[in-house]
Amino acid sequence: MTNEPVIPEFGEASRCVAENRFFCADWVRDNWAGVLQPALVEHVKLTAIAVAAGFAIAFVAALVAHRFRLVEGPFAAFSAIVYTIPSIALFQLLVPVTGLSVLTVEIALVGYTLLILFRNVLEGLRSTPPEVLEAARGMGCTRRQTLWSVELPLALPAIVAGLRVATVSTIALATIAAFVIPEGLGRPIFVALRDYFKTEIVAAGLLAIALALVADALLVLAQRALTPWAHARRTA
Amino acid sequence: MIAGIGTFGDAFSFIVERRELLLEKTVEHLVLSGAALGVALVLAVPLGVWLGHRHRGSFIAINAANVGRALPSLAVIAIGLSVFGFGFTNVLVALVVLAVPPILTNAYVAVDEVEPDAVEAARGMGMTGGQVLRRVELPLALPLLFAGIRTASVYVVASATIAAIAGGGGLGEILFNQASYRTEGLVGAAIVVSLLAFTADAALGGLQRALTPRGLRRKVPAFEPDVVTRTGR
Repeated sequence: MTNEPVIPEFGEASRCVAENRFFCADWVRDNWAGVLQPALVEHVKLTAIAVAAGFAIAFVAALVAHRFRLVEGPFAAFSAIVYTIPSIALFQLLVPVTGLSVLTVEIALVGYTLLILFRNVLEGLRSTPPEVLEAARGMGCTRRQTLWSVELPLALPAIVAGLRVATVSTIALATIAAFVIPEGLGRPIFVALRDYFKTEIVAAGLLAIALALVADALLVLAQRALTPWAHARRTA
Repeated sequence: MIAGIGTFGDAFSFIVERRELLLEKTVEHLVLSGAALGVALVLAVPLGVWLGHRHRGSFIAINAANVGRALPSLAVIAIGLSVFGFGFTNVLVALVVLAVPPILTNAYVAVDEVEPDAVEAARGMGMTGGQVLRRVELPLALPLLFAGIRTASVYVVASATIAAIAGGGGLGEILFNQASYRTEGLVGAAIVVSLLAFTADAALGGLQRALTPRGLRRKVPAFEPDVVTRTGR
């Protein structure tokens, strides 16, 4: 056994792979553990860090803008400008500053989440009905109590809606990250594009789409669990 | 950091020295984006408006944008490459697939959400279904419908850069070819693509404002990447 080659089945591609058909299930099976699964895990990691950091920034900015209206304009304008820059261009523009690093990718990904998250958190906070605010004040709530126990819970549906869009679009954008660093589901796509190997392109592409749809569904379930009242009202 | 600033300086000299190349690629980029957007408009606007007019198919129309957003442009273009091969057609199809969802959803929501009182009043005046659509629903729906087109345009101009991997031409050809154009070329092309996206967005924003009936102008959103805040609640 010890005399066997380190890379098994090297050069022994199946007929499907040799003919470069649209999709070869045997290749996916053989390369799941070595290529696709690590790429998927890296992709989830890239996305999770970007959405978490983007949410932290956008959330604080929205709280500040909710209190001081003056902050809204500049932050919204800044995040809208970032949002308009095409992703490959933004990655490239950052490379001279932060190099070919995870940091470059994360800065760009975080930048793209800001506009959506900031707007949704702020809209959610502002959607509290005036009579509810009045009632909270009448009960003697301080400004902070009103924010944390009245406005934020009521803003949850809008906040989760923003998180859904941000997560799904970050998953989509993170495929392009492979242009800068060899990580994520974009990597097998870029590698396969060199020799135009269809199965790898299609498998990685479908995985990215499936990941986005699953993440979206999980966030919908999380929203239902977090806001039982919204669901109850609809069915009542 | 200092090296970074130097690179940007080189990038600007690249833009000046290679302006003819950049102009040619920009034109290619605009032709590709324009063609994709045109096809997407022809497909999505009539369908969305009709569904909204009949208040039907809300599930499909609203979820189109959600599913569309989940489609990574790189994956769509790469998978399209496996089906149609290299060239303009593949890229065009991929870009149309990416542009249809936001246009469809916004067209549907825009017409569907027109004030029922206004539609009722128009009916009461004896207008037919077609007249209600043309003279009441469409003018009132225009701002939101156009917001969807604007979102799709920004998205298409950005995604068209990735088209270069599938032989679609455009500014992406420079961005993906570090071997020939080096870092200053990459950064220079990135600057040009960003400016192009801003210009497209600003021009469409102006058009959106011009097309909006005067009475509705205050309500026009400045920039609406999606309609989730409106439909998600």
